[in-house]
Amino acid sequence: MLAFAFKRFLGAWPTLLLIITVAFFMVRLAPGGPFDTEKTLPPEIQANLDKKYHLDEPLVMQYGRYLWDIARGDFGPSFQYKDYSVNELIGAGFPVSLRLGGSAILLALIIGVTLGAIAALRQNSRVDYSVMTTAMVGISIPNFVMAPLLLLVFAVYLGWLPAGGWEGGSFRNTVLPIIALSLPQVAYIARLTRGSMIEVLRSNFIRTARAKGLPEHTVIIRHALKPALLPVVSYLGPATAAVITGSVVIEQIFGLPGLGRYFVQGALNRDYTLVMGVVIFYGVLIIVFNLIVDLLYAVLDPRVRY
Amino acid sequence: MTDIDAVSEVRGRSLWADARRRLFTNKAAVTSMIILSIVAVMVLLAPFLSPHDFDATDWELMSSPPTIANAHFFGTDSLGRDLFVRTLYGGRVSLMVGIVATLVSLLIGITYGATAGYFGGKIDHLMMRFVDILYAMPFMFFVILLMVFFGRNIFLIFVAIGAINWLDMARIVRGQTLSLKRKEFIEAAEAAGVPGFTIIRRHIVPNLLGVVIVYVTLTIPQVILVESFLSFLGLGVQEPFTSWGALVNEGAKDMETASWSLIFPAIFLALTLFCFNFIGDGLRDALDPKDR
Amino acid sequence: MRIDLKHITLIPLFILIGLLYGCSGENESSQKSGIDTGSGQANTQQNTASTSTEPGKLVLAKQQIFHRGNGSEPQSLDPHKSEGVPSSHIQRDIFEGLIGETPEGKLIPGAAERWEISEDGTVYTFYIRENARWSNGDPVLASDFVFAWRRLLAPETGSYYSQTFAPVLNAEAIIQGKMKPETLAAEALDERTLKVTLKGPTPYFLGLLTHSSTFPIHPASVEKYGDKFSRPDNLVSNGAYTLSEWVVQSHIRVDRNPRYWDNANTTIDTVFFYPIEDQSSALKRYRAGELDFVYEFPINQYKWLKENLPGEMRTPLYLGNYYYGFNVTKPPFKDNKKLRQALSMTLDREIIAEKVVTAGVVPAYGWVPRGVYNYENEEYDWMSLSKEERLAMAKKLYEEAGYSKDNPFTVEIRYNTSENHKKVALAIAAMWKQALGVNAKILNEEWKVFLENRKQKQVTEVFRAGWIADYNDAFSFAELLHSQHGINDSGYVNPEYDALLAQSAVEPDPEKRKTLLKQAERIMLEDYPIIPIYYYTSKRVVKPYVGGYVDNIMDHQYSKHLYILEH
Repeated sequence: MLAFAFKRFLGAWPTLLLIITVAFFMVRLAPGGPFDTEKTLPPEIQANLDKKYHLDEPLVMQYGRYLWDIARGDFGPSFQYKDYSVNELIGAGFPVSLRLGGSAILLALIIGVTLGAIAALRQNSRVDYSVMTTAMVGISIPNFVMAPLLLLVFAVYLGWLPAGGWEGGSFRNTVLPIIALSLPQVAYIARLTRGSMIEVLRSNFIRTARAKGLPEHTVIIRHALKPALLPVVSYLGPATAAVITGSVVIEQIFGLPGLGRYFVQGALNRDYTLVMGVVIFYGVLIIVFNLIVDLLYAVLDPRVRY
Repeated sequence: MTDIDAVSEVRGRSLWADARRRLFTNKAAVTSMIILSIVAVMVLLAPFLSPHDFDATDWELMSSPPTIANAHFFGTDSLGRDLFVRTLYGGRVSLMVGIVATLVSLLIGITYGATAGYFGGKIDHLMMRFVDILYAMPFMFFVILLMVFFGRNIFLIFVAIGAINWLDMARIVRGQTLSLKRKEFIEAAEAAGVPGFTIIRRHIVPNLLGVVIVYVTLTIPQVILVESFLSFLGLGVQEPFTSWGALVNEGAKDMETASWSLIFPAIFLALTLFCFNFIGDGLRDALDPKDR
Repeated sequence: MRIDLKHITLIPLFILIGLLYGCSGENESSQKSGIDTGSGQANTQQNTASTSTEPGKLVLAKQQIFHRGNGSEPQSLDPHKSEGVPSSHIQRDIFEGLIGETPEGKLIPGAAERWEISEDGTVYTFYIRENARWSNGDPVLASDFVFAWRRLLAPETGSYYSQTFAPVLNAEAIIQGKMKPETLAAEALDERTLKVTLKGPTPYFLGLLTHSSTFPIHPASVEKYGDKFSRPDNLVSNGAYTLSEWVVQSHIRVDRNPRYWDNANTTIDTVFFYPIEDQSSALKRYRAGELDFVYEFPINQYKWLKENLPGEMRTPLYLGNYYYGFNVTKPPFKDNKKLRQALSMTLDREIIAEKVVTAGVVPAYGWVPRGVYNYENEEYDWMSLSKEERLAMAKKLYEEAGYSKDNPFTVEIRYNTSENHKKVALAIAAMWKQALGVNAKILNEEWKVFLENRKQKQVTEVFRAGWIADYNDAFSFAELLHSQHGINDSGYVNPEYDALLAQSAVEPDPEKRKTLLKQAERIMLEDYPIIPIYYYTSKRVVKPYVGGYVDNIMDHQYSKHLYILEH
């Protein structure tokens, strides 16, 4: 398995290069530039800015320059937030998103798997329906509705929790965003767990285990749960990467200094370096999490061989 | 055609007939189908159900609560447009986007995932790396570029969303295929010399249906929500046309002052998603070949 | 999306005159005339000793901490690199230019204690206060301003606002790289005397000096830290506050600067600026008691605020015009004045202002907003007609332009993503449809795409636009429709108009200048390159315990003028 991991590590580099290349040229092809504002700049100043940020060079040269810079670990200055470099912005935003997203995924995993497993064991019972209906609420209420609703009830009406802000990541400030982030994940995970659990429970090896007279909880926890988690693990890889890089909706509504908003703001502002920085960062995380997923597959399902 | 194919053909037919029978005994699924049909009929008959036009503004009745008297059953929005009609018209767009985009993503996702999973090795590696790359792409730029280069067009939205959503499908299918292909019946088919793509089509895909259907019920709401995010960015359905996602998005901003503008579209949206969900569950139970 | 422009304050005529007739020591006229509003606590500026500790009978809170909503994350705190209103609000607190402002926006001495203006209005001599200090204790020198301004104009700085300084001799040539920054006609005669020579009389020049791009920077720390001089720990500033903390996308904290010359009159000790882009979130945080000041409330909450927080919502007029432009460089609007006029006349601006946009905005029938210094705004003659008469006239023009119910005009309206723009576009499309049968299709575009299309003038027909003045002078509106101006996205060209503007630029007599500008506006309005729709208002919510808050048309709110009452 170590050899496999190493092979994947080597294989990740061309992937990364491709991500950078495609993203670089796509970003540059979008209409408008970073310094376009309603107030049109005099051509001389536009030229000065372009020169300063090397935007006046041929695209291929800019690409080469960019590759050389990131090879040295420098994502360049942000075009929008001129006092900061992209490295600094990611360095400041990622811990916030990681904490929020990590907590949300963990919470979702615990609740989701438990609910899904319970629903599967009581398939078509009232418990099953109520669990699954609740889960569906998590999916069918968009987070741009759920987040302001939570704020209105718990911060404005009841005054129990702050209505926003990060405050160094205090517990009180993170409760609502974590709940809002994890709700849809709980729903997805519960549904995936339920679906695959039902299938596993009907499979031959579970029947055998039961026939052997093993206690039900042993059958479920030691034999059924592990294979039933396969689709969940598949889902978790990219979902974790996405959640820990932040959610623009949650960050904007709760006023949190995470990474998610840079994806949208960076793109809308044509902040080339910032968008590229976040895309590359996100790409690396995806690669890493997919690798973890593949390794977990081998652990969870001994039939998978590499 | 080989013997094995013939056998699976026979099994397939009885399986589907059987499934239909069992689906109709599932109360939740049947209720959902009825509700969904009602929603679908209402959405289709929208112009005949209300005296109001979906884009007619009324400066005297802006943001007014629901009343039966003037036939504003769901109230009006901030421009005095009837929300009942708008909700139904929005349903047309949402349902269409949801279904078409999901079908697109299903088609690509299953083919791609099953192929990668079944062949494994180098092919799998290459194909999944390609998925990884797409995952890390700046989605929004992709859409912005698309809309700018090709103009604004609802079919483009289907394709754009479908083209993004198949990635998850492909990953899940590929994961399932990886474990399926170690099963005895696949090994038997391989031993009998059945060509790879035939095995995928005849043996792998039917066995994936359970997971796929669950996934579909998760994808339709996702697609509908992605559509609203696009509308929000100014890249979705153009006003005066609307969608459930866009209506809910607008309603959420007025939840305190004009709760009706959130509640009614949200109910339609949630109800539809619920129904898809229960039908999906029913179908999965009905299709499960091991439960006969 | 918001309009990222800053605005500069009004220049009361009497200051200019008062200055021309010799001024020494404190500028008395501005001191006396500075405060005249009835909002009770406006006396902070004058009754200095008493206001800071005990304004009237009001009791100050023990903790003077001000939580201020500030729109979006500032792009930069470097006065030469920032762009946008949010950064200028912070910069006005931490830096101080030559000219200061009263809470109402009247000009008073800032870092300069007095100034002289030559007879022809082209040479300004500023005398910097003896007790003006940088936050590290260094004295503020005339040469610091010269250093800052050279940097502002230097091509390699790439400042958005170098144009602000265009009235100064040689400035434009420096921006274009034709002359060295050292040639700028601003020189330090001695440590505290600064002489600035202008190209021509520019009556709004003092107002320009309240613009954050003209603020001084500390040369030694710029040389030491380079581009990072505007970070906390590095930043040396000369305003009432100093930068102590900057957590990107979370908050910026500034604390009282004990070395500020007027520190005795500063009441608030600490200000937190929160970049909250989501307006409804900002309002929620305000309601939960976390903010004392909402930068902009969401307009759909206007009714709610009016009913629930009537005393806290403030919507004073703001120097801006929300308008629609016609692309007059292409058919169907090229050489089709009748059609343009018909479309403009058809709009019911009262409904748009009062029912669609709300928030107290004022229907616009002219280009330069009301309340501009030394100007009476021009308005369309047909404004006095009844709605029916207007419609009848519009119909006639529409038919003369060759359209009718059977042969309706079809047009595209472009606007950028925003709830408000969408509502206005829909309302306008509905009005044209109802009145004339026009088929208007509305097209929403992402901001940069929208800007690109507007500038290219290839696909646009009718487009949304808005303009907020950089300085309180009619010229800041008039120049927009000059044939050579960068934001003339209508493509309007009228040599007569251009000539009148050119004349006004060299006209030293304020009355004659006003007449010229009014004449130009009249000509432009009659040509219908644009449809004025409404004049902007600020959309502020302020807690009742924030004392010293006064509405002002440029929306310049200095934290040093405010104080927190016990609550």
